[in-house]
Amino acid sequence: MSGAPRWTVASVHEALLAKKTSARELAQEFYAQIEQRNPELNAFLELCPDRAYAQADRVDAIVAQGKPLGRLAGVPVAIKDVISTEGVRTTCGSKILEDYTPPYDATAIERLERAGAVIMGKTNCDEFAMGSSNENSAYGPVRNPIALDRVPGGSSGGSAAAVAAGLSVVALGTDTGGSIRQPGAYCGVPAMMPTYGRVSRYGLIAFASSLDRIGPFATNITDAATVMSVIAGHDSNDSTSASLAVPEYAAEIEKPVAGLRIGMPEDYFGAGLDAEVKDKVQAGITLLESLGCKRVPLKMPHTDYAIATYYVIATAEASSNLARYDGVRYGLRVQGNTLMEMYRKTRERGFGPEVKRRIMLGTYALSSGYYDAYYLRAQKVRSLIARDFAEAFEKVDAIITPTAPTTAFKLGEKTADPLEMYLADIYTVTGSLAGVPGISVPCGKSAAGLPIGMQIFGSHFGEARILQLARAFEKAGGFSI
Amino acid sequence: MKISREDVLRVAQLAHLELAPEEVEAYRGQLDEILSYIGKLQELDVSNVEPMALMDPMADAPHQAPRRSAGLDGAIAAAPAEPELRDDVVAPCSVADAVLAEAPDAAKPFFRVPKVIER
Repeated sequence: MSGAPRWTVASVHEALLAKKTSARELAQEFYAQIEQRNPELNAFLELCPDRAYAQADRVDAIVAQGKPLGRLAGVPVAIKDVISTEGVRTTCGSKILEDYTPPYDATAIERLERAGAVIMGKTNCDEFAMGSSNENSAYGPVRNPIALDRVPGGSSGGSAAAVAAGLSVVALGTDTGGSIRQPGAYCGVPAMMPTYGRVSRYGLIAFASSLDRIGPFATNITDAATVMSVIAGHDSNDSTSASLAVPEYAAEIEKPVAGLRIGMPEDYFGAGLDAEVKDKVQAGITLLESLGCKRVPLKMPHTDYAIATYYVIATAEASSNLARYDGVRYGLRVQGNTLMEMYRKTRERGFGPEVKRRIMLGTYALSSGYYDAYYLRAQKVRSLIARDFAEAFEKVDAIITPTAPTTAFKLGEKTADPLEMYLADIYTVTGSLAGVPGISVPCGKSAAGLPIGMQIFGSHFGEARILQLARAFEKAGGFSI
Repeated sequence: MKISREDVLRVAQLAHLELAPEEVEAYRGQLDEILSYIGKLQELDVSNVEPMALMDPMADAPHQAPRRSAGLDGAIAAAPAEPELRDDVVAPCSVADAVLAEAPDAAKPFFRVPKVIER
């Protein structure tokens, strides 16, 4: 990595206003970096220079006219390849959508561009966002820029790697069970999952609709806060998006954190947690205490059931959502003599092993005779997990846990055992099921130099609070990428 | 509970997946392991627990009256405390050409598929 200071949203803004660079020059600079690094990292699947330069020129024209700039003017952004971009190929990391070009933009994309962001390209991910290592992409794994023999985490591995390697200033990912936060931890970048309903899912290609969320990876917490203010808010195209005012998060996060109560649930610090990760997260909590936060021990007794609950609900929803890939309306079609044969051959050829595994698991959980024992029961346990959070937030302002039980593992280390891979999400799926927001913030490195993430959960729509804690933590700890 | 070969084939049929013979055995073992793990959900007493069928964080969101939201068009509109219902009006949606352009086989205004009706 180069020794030059990293670009941030603020430094891009200042440089444009001071005419030290132009949006076009900046896009050129980032494309040059991508060209250099992407062959080894495989973080980008598709680049869209025509779109990027057209947007950059619009920004430069606004600068030339001396008009006010959008909050993300000229900022190079990478987009996970499950988010629809009009005219730019969107594959979901799957062969079944290898040649699919969406006819419209996701709402989050439209909002980013309206704020002046320059979309550089689409990032690699586990197929249909199903995975924790990015090894389930049909287009090859992403490598962790911090250690090339290690996974970047998943499923938004390409977005995390892009920001970590300085190939974009911010990136969008999606999080269903940990897919923003866990790669954020593995690659050492701030990574945020907003409250369910905070950011419109319109144009997000669905995996599990009661869990899916769009959120940012960023170079620092302030940038994450700025992106959140741009992409959040009600959207008439997503009936689950919330009609709540969107705060100016970047203004909220400089408030002092003294007096805030931070919960430390013992259930997240038990067996299976790597000792180095545990030490760094505990040191992180101590650092927050030194800033005046009050530590409150917590019990969240249903934590241990979260993975089982998640893998019933998420796969059940996936089996339904992915029924649409049948060779009729878009994507791959493999010819058959009958309609049914066409469906089967298309899905056999188009889906990878993990997607098929999850479709079968979900179909099984929903099938006659098993619905009550699996799906209905999982929905009830989901209520219990949500109740753990609701009760905790009567006592605390935020909950602090490790983001993942270990640091980034080696490529190929867990591919043979799907269940072991699922357990990489053990600390993140809880918040997914409860609908609360969570952020992973870098909190140091292991002796081997691998990044460690600390997770901060907030109550529903409590993004400002967790960003505020994350910002205070970043500033006091000197954690920056 | 043990997952059998027949279970895998039944589920694959329901999900419209065609599996190669070697895949059947691999999935059988993996699904068996995962479902055994999921079996831990049976440990909990959920007899008095309502299933969480909908994700609705607004239910316990801080209430503000009137709630305001920025619409996609950038306009700031007052939002009611109850879920908002839009007016039932017809809006133009002329995307048929763009949608059909992505279809593997289209004959406007239709998607073409293998024959499903015998005469």
